[in-house]
Formats: sequence, C-alpha cells, structure tokens
Amino acid sequence: MKGITERLRELTQRGRCAVIPYITAGYPDWDTTKALLQRLPEAGADIVELGIPFSDPMADGPVIQRASEEALKKGINLEIILKGLQELTTKPSLVAMGYYNPILRYGIERFVERAVSAGIGGLIVPDLPPEEGEELIEAANRHGVATIFLIAPTTPRERIPVIAEATTGFIYLVSLKGVTGSDVGSLKPILERVDEIRSLTSLPVCVGFGISTPEQAKIISRHAQGVIIGSAVIKRLEEKGIEGAVRFIEEISEAVV
Amino acid sequence: MSCKIGYFGEFGGRFVPETLFAPLLELEEAYREVASDEGFQKELKELLKSFVGRPTPLFYAESLSQMAGCRVYLKREDLCHTGSHKINNTLGQVLLTKRLDKRRVIAETGAGQHGVATATAAALLGLECEVYMGEEDMRRQAINVVRMELLGARVIPVISGSRTLKDAINEALRDWVANVDTTHYVIGSVVGPHPFPTMVRDFQRVIGDEAKEQLLKVEGRLPTHCIACVGGGSNAMGLFTAFRDDPCRFIGVEAKGAETLSGNGEIGVLHGFKSYFLQDEWGQITPTDAIAAGLDYPGVGPEHAFFKETLRCTYRHVSPKEAVEAFRTLAKAEGIIPALESAHAVAGLLAERWNEQDLVLVCLSGRGDKDLSEIIEKGVLQ
Repeated sequence: MKGITERLRELTQRGRCAVIPYITAGYPDWDTTKALLQRLPEAGADIVELGIPFSDPMADGPVIQRASEEALKKGINLEIILKGLQELTTKPSLVAMGYYNPILRYGIERFVERAVSAGIGGLIVPDLPPEEGEELIEAANRHGVATIFLIAPTTPRERIPVIAEATTGFIYLVSLKGVTGSDVGSLKPILERVDEIRSLTSLPVCVGFGISTPEQAKIISRHAQGVIIGSAVIKRLEEKGIEGAVRFIEEISEAVV
Repeated sequence: MSCKIGYFGEFGGRFVPETLFAPLLELEEAYREVASDEGFQKELKELLKSFVGRPTPLFYAESLSQMAGCRVYLKREDLCHTGSHKINNTLGQVLLTKRLDKRRVIAETGAGQHGVATATAAALLGLECEVYMGEEDMRRQAINVVRMELLGARVIPVISGSRTLKDAINEALRDWVANVDTTHYVIGSVVGPHPFPTMVRDFQRVIGDEAKEQLLKVEGRLPTHCIACVGGGSNAMGLFTAFRDDPCRFIGVEAKGAETLSGNGEIGVLHGFKSYFLQDEWGQITPTDAIAAGLDYPGVGPEHAFFKETLRCTYRHVSPKEAVEAFRTLAKAEGIIPALESAHAVAGLLAERWNEQDLVLVCLSGRGDKDLSEIIEKGVLQ
C-alpha cells in the first residue's frame, strides 16, 4: 500500500483536495465501521481517519465524546480494531487517531507493528506533542508508518518547523481554538494559515476541527491538500445512519476542488 | 533525575493538545519570573497572612499521641480561610493570572473545596470565575455550590463521562483549549502538564516550611515521620517538600477505591502528564470509588509517582471504615472535626505501629463541615 504522503501528492497533482472523513471505530458497532470503510471511498473519501475510542478524549467535543463512550460501552478495544482491519480484504487509505494512553498501554512497538500490518498508513495522537513523542516517532519511522502532528491557531510561527520536522505524513491544521465540532467562524485566517505553513514546509496540509458543510470544504480545498470532517460525519451517522453519512461525504466530495 | 523539562524521573511532562503547548511555555516563563520576583512574593505572603490567616497553628494532639504511642502534631490547614489548604495555591495562581493579563479563571472541583478556594481568590482579586463540577457532586455538595455562587462564580455541571472529578478536569481542559487567550486554568492539585505539578507544589510548600519551623521551636528536633492523605497529592507534597532532604520518612495515605500508588495503578498518561493511573488492560481509565470526594481521582501527581519509584515515600491506603473511625476519633478526642480526606491521614497514623521516640507530623488538610450531610446521608456514623 502506498504511503499517505504519496497518496496526497498524487491527488494534488491531479488537482484534487483530499476528502478525509473521520469515523469512531465501533460506533455504533463494528459492523457499521466495517460497512463505512467500504462505502466511504466509493462516496469520494480519499483517506479515512479512524478514531480509536478513549475514556477521556480531552480534545473532542460532545459529538465525538458520545460516540467514543457508546463504542466503549459495546466493548470495543484496540485488539478488536486491529484484528478487524486486518481481516478486511479491501480498505481505504487509513490513518488512525488515538489518544496516547491506550497506545502506551498496548505497547508502542507492538501497536505500530500491528497498525502497519492492519493497513494503517498514518498516526494522529492529539495529546502527544513532538517533544514527548520521541519513542512513537522512532517506531513509526522504523516501520514505515507516517507521523501526523497538529498545528493549532496558538502555535507560534517559529514552532512550525519543529512540528514539520517530526511529521512524515501531513500537517494537521487545527482550524479553531477549541475542541472538535465547535463553530469554526471565519475561514479567512485559516486559509492564510495554510499558506503560511506551506511557505515553511513541503508537507501536505490538511485542515480539520469544525468543518461541517460542503461550502466550507470547498473554500478550504482551494488552499489545502486535504479537508478533514469528523463531528459532522458522526452527527449524520447518528441521525441518518450509514446512508446519511455516505450521502454527506458524496456532497462534500462534489464540492471540493 | 532526568534532565528532561518538567519531569520527575520518568514522570510528568506535557502531554497536551498542540493548542495548549505554547500557552504552557508562556505560563512556565511567567511562573519562573514571579517565583523570584520580590514584589509578587511579598504580595502573596501578605495575603496568606491577612486574608488566609497564616501561619496556621501546629497543634500537639495529646490524646491522639496516647492512642498512637508516639508524639503527634497536627498541622492545622483546616483553619485556613475557606476551610482547607487549597487557598494557598489558588491565591498564588490567581495572582499569577493577573500578571498574565488574563481576566478569567476556570477550575475543576470534586467536593467543592478547590472550587470555593478559586472562587474566593477570584472574588478578592476581581477576576471572572467559572468552576466545572460533576453533576452528582453538585447534588452531594450543594452547600459548596451555594458558596461558590455567593462568591460570584458560575458553577457549570459536568454531564460527560463518569460525571466526577476526572470529567470535570476534562471539561476544564476543553474550556481552556477554547479560551486560552483570556483564561487561566487554576488546577487544584500537583497534577496536569508542566509547570502545574511544580507550581502547585511550590505554592503549597508553605505548609511544610511553617511546620518545620514551628516543630523545631517546640521540640527542638525534626519529625521522624510526615503523614498526609493523597488524592492528586497537593497537601502531601506541600508538607513533604520542606523535609525532602531530611532524614524523615514520608507516608502518603490513599483512599480505598482510589488506591493508585498503593494498589492497582499502572503507568500511563492522562490530563497532560505521565504518572500512575487506575486503568483497564486497554488503557481506559477506570472509575474510582473513594469515600472522600477530594481523594476520588484515578491518578496521582507525577512527583508522588517519582517518590514511590525512588522509595522516598511509602504509600498505603485505608478503608472507608477506618477513615470514618478516625473522623469520629479526632472529633471526640481532640475536638477537631476533620475533612474526610484528612481523616484518611489520621487513619493512616492509627494503623501504624509506633515507637515512643517517634515524632509524627500529620497534615490536617481541611475541616469536616462540608462532609456532614454526606455522612448523614450515607449513615456511616451508625
């Protein structure tokens, strides 16, 4: 399987901004996750971000909190997720999003090794800044899985190269000061930020947190190499099931350039 | 000790979302400045004296000494304004907030002691204050909710997760991520990302500094042992720090149901720091069930984890029954109704075997008024 960065570069060359929906593994059950992993690429998802549920998701807003809680209640765990992924014959380009503690508990080396053989191409750990991530970065580099670090609105310009240095996949630009699913407000500063980051690194930049409509995705797609949509997807899934989530991604996919 | 910034051995660190990283560096810098700023320290000292009532007394507990079979002194943090040691830290942090030019503070609270202490400091120094508190705790500690509201704070019910202290911290962190430009998060214990464990310890070390001077004056020698209850661990660290290079043994007393260091805790990362946490085999944080809300936390400050690893402190736990017995004993024998949290420290004292020559210093971190309704409701005095 191709690396996440190559996948993004290829899309960029074709003039396409990647559509990256986020889904919580095991919400509302693993069968739904499996179905979505098949259906979302058909709907236009270029990469899927798969969330590993945690009991204390401090970077997430109420929608993803609820989804994580629900999935955990039904007994999801890292083993089920990794094993389940491994059994899938076809799957999209995948990045995993998980808080640090479950990974630490599972064992960093063991996690990275299993993640690679499960087809996970990149890792996002929202509570792990590069300064604390030495061990994970080292293991990821050794096993050939991409590291994806975040840049926030509060990240000073001089820190951007530090984050880029630790990143091998793409820069995840957090669009707002707040948790996932908050109101993103004006898009203009985000677009300027994308341009600023791109002037400092050759890594692809994907934007997420609070992007919830095709219109927003369209505007962002003119500047960024990817747009990540999480809470809005989970909301559709909550309200209208798999079909609703798939249709939503179709709309997003048609909107982006 | 490791030279990594913000670490105690392998514990501590800054495991936070990127949004908080730069603000934490700024906080660290500001804290370093005020730590050596005479004006700041003088202002804080004056407030601790005239507003909090420091120095708090050191009390020779005669009956308790007889029961334990050694000489026992109580450091009376229960006599602090607002009823516990928490105010030492909140005054420091709220003063620092003003230095940072921020106008709003937020806090988490379990039993309400830290919430009340934050609301008090914010009222005194003219800052906006909002306190996150688990819905269930708000019901159980209704009087503390009224106190905070009287002090001008807004209490926000937490309905996520297990609706307890740990979830209140999650919510406060989420608020902080969204409002970090205008807001300082006053963490109530020696937990959280660097610089909080160090900063809170430094604001609390006045407990041990005073006690050392007071004890040397009356006894002419250092204590052989220091005892304190440990939830997150702020009153314990506040007492221990003054004696850390002395030949004095430390005992940290945890509550059964939240025995992180003396029970099933495993190394992990939560709320921005690496330490021991109660968790399942998949790294999910497990619910706690301590009788004292202030000890009902599934983790412990990173410096305590370091003290455990280096054997500097012995950690043990006592049962709810032992804690309630100690609560009654202290009330009857010494005329002091302790907080249920502090009763754990007294229970820890009574559970040990002592020599006549032992000189034991116990931190009585808070008073027990807040616990009476809970105790009546649970019927634990029968």
